[in-house]
Amino acid sequence: MDNFIKRYPLWSLIFILLAIAFLYLVLAPWPPELVASWGRKQIFLNALLGGITLGALYFLVAAGFTLIFGLMRVVNLAHGSLFLIGGYVGYEVATASGSWLLAFPVVFIVVGLIGLLMQFFIFSKMEGEELRQTLVSIGLSIVFADLMLWWWGGQSYSILAPQFLQGPMELPLVSNVNEATGVVTWLRYPSVRVWILVAAIVIGIAMWLVLNRTALGMLIRAGVDDREMLAASGVRIHLVFLAVFGFGAGLAGIAGIVGATFQSLSPGEDTRFLLASLVVVIVGGMGSIVGAALGALIIGVAEQMGFVYAPTYSIVLTFLIMAAVLAFRPQGLLGTRR
Amino acid sequence: MSVADQAPGFASAADQRMWSERIPAPWWIFGFILLLLPIVANNFWLFQIMGWTFILGMIGLSLMFLAGYGGMVSLLQMSIAGMAGYMVAILGPSGAANVSLGLTWWIVLPAAFLIAAIFATICGALAVRTDGIYTIMITLAVAAAFFYFTRQNYSIFNGYSGFNLVLPPKLFGVNWRDPVPFYYLTLACAALCYGAVVYLARSPFGLALQGVRDNPRRMAALGFNVTAHRVAAYALASVFASTGGILLVWQNAQIAPGTIGISSAIDVLVVAVVGGIRRPLGPFIGAFIYVLLQVFSTDILGFFGFSADRFKLIIGIGFLAVVLFSPDGVLGLWDRWRAGVAARKAATTGGAT
Repeated sequence: MDNFIKRYPLWSLIFILLAIAFLYLVLAPWPPELVASWGRKQIFLNALLGGITLGALYFLVAAGFTLIFGLMRVVNLAHGSLFLIGGYVGYEVATASGSWLLAFPVVFIVVGLIGLLMQFFIFSKMEGEELRQTLVSIGLSIVFADLMLWWWGGQSYSILAPQFLQGPMELPLVSNVNEATGVVTWLRYPSVRVWILVAAIVIGIAMWLVLNRTALGMLIRAGVDDREMLAASGVRIHLVFLAVFGFGAGLAGIAGIVGATFQSLSPGEDTRFLLASLVVVIVGGMGSIVGAALGALIIGVAEQMGFVYAPTYSIVLTFLIMAAVLAFRPQGLLGTRR
Repeated sequence: MSVADQAPGFASAADQRMWSERIPAPWWIFGFILLLLPIVANNFWLFQIMGWTFILGMIGLSLMFLAGYGGMVSLLQMSIAGMAGYMVAILGPSGAANVSLGLTWWIVLPAAFLIAAIFATICGALAVRTDGIYTIMITLAVAAAFFYFTRQNYSIFNGYSGFNLVLPPKLFGVNWRDPVPFYYLTLACAALCYGAVVYLARSPFGLALQGVRDNPRRMAALGFNVTAHRVAAYALASVFASTGGILLVWQNAQIAPGTIGISSAIDVLVVAVVGGIRRPLGPFIGAFIYVLLQVFSTDILGFFGFSADRFKLIIGIGFLAVVLFSPDGVLGLWDRWRAGVAARKAATTGGAT
């Protein structure tokens, strides 16, 4: 940190000023001039929180994608299908059992198993042939999409959040201060979104801890750096591959339940979330969990802010971020050159 | 893959025959069949099946040029075709009179090619910042961004509804949307594009591009500008894609965001891979199979007792089978069959031919 400030004093100053301006926008009650030009503070805060929680969802999808790519060099373009399968299976489990929480372990196991089968029967047979693996994953995504359309039809499904997560909760953020009485209104926000955000952060930290503090994580990181050397030193690398693929797929399935609770599921959501994870990992850097978190946050907030303040150009904003990252840092914000 | 074995009628320096003699007889027969097809085929076959095959083949050909010779699998080609098609609809006359400018064709067509080429060059320059498997991801993301943008933007791209009544100009008093003229128009364009790719593959640029595909570091050490070759390949490939895109708009008489959606972008890849992504003929064969399956899916699926909606399932399973069992596509199967026949012949005759 000190090094950075010494090496780039100007950039540090700009970053600090931006951070202060951002904190002011979030924490302070807005003066009337600002409200006149930007709209009410509540709209801004809602867009910001919506972006952060959407980023949490993107992170859940993209984390598995980036982990699978980082270790096995497989660009799994069927990842969006795993997301959608997870959502549909979660819907079935939640409606059949009436328990929202039960859907999570069931979906994790079911979708993780699908991922295991994909890795065991298909991807492991063509190791090193990256293009062929990608083409196969495209074929799988076409087949999965049509099978799901066959089974669940074209209508949209959504999963109801359980009783204890329904309704809004108050956040310690000022939404509005009444001029005359001085009464402070706190921001009210759907509690399910807040708890999903907390859960995503917990999962992210847990993944980081497993990767950086355990023996299994050490194996995975060694595999990311040099697969052949790890295999040569006696590790049964195919088991590591299977575990990572299953875990990444299961995470995508869980994200499907979250997506069905946030919004809704319908055919086409698979490509939407596949693209979101592509953009997230291109921006954040391939194979990096922290990069996926950062990318998901940036893309989620940019998307929501774009929807609120420039509806026609919100996609262009996302695209411009991706183009800028590619132009100035092709390996992604936190990626490493290989 | 050497250059010699994939170009029909490749001429060595010692080959002094006329160019017409160097093309093998099957190609002449094939060409005559295509030329004389309107005598026997009905309008549905000419306009829907063959016209669509040539159009899809041209867009697939631009992908084949990038992937087969440049090693860059770009999912962007449908967007470039769509960009050219959109430009024809926006600059020329169309049913959406409040958006279209209604210029004459000799301004519209060059402008459409130029704008599509600029679009392809910019996106290509972004995509070649990284290489290998990243290309497919970046181009897919760009294609999706373009699709969502055309769907949201009403001032230029007329949003969800797109443009209808986009008709080809009545040059020489011919209505080019009539089946027979349209058939010959698409056939001529497809033949030109095919010839251009075959020529380019043997030109110094094409050879350098194949060198860049095989070993970029060595080519860079030899003094070739690797990035410039790759970006130039994107620009050149945009010409084939644009031709297909403009013809596609004329064939459907309309263009909407659905035309350039993500599934269409993937269809182009499917077409090129199923036909064979290493040779210029592959995309056309793939396109023919795809169009036949698409058009007759109702009959085929009905025969097996499924509803016609399961067309995508057949395409997906067929694509999976090709990728899993014959990575060179249908043309690869053909090669292996011929090699097998030759080997059996050699076995029976004891190697004497």
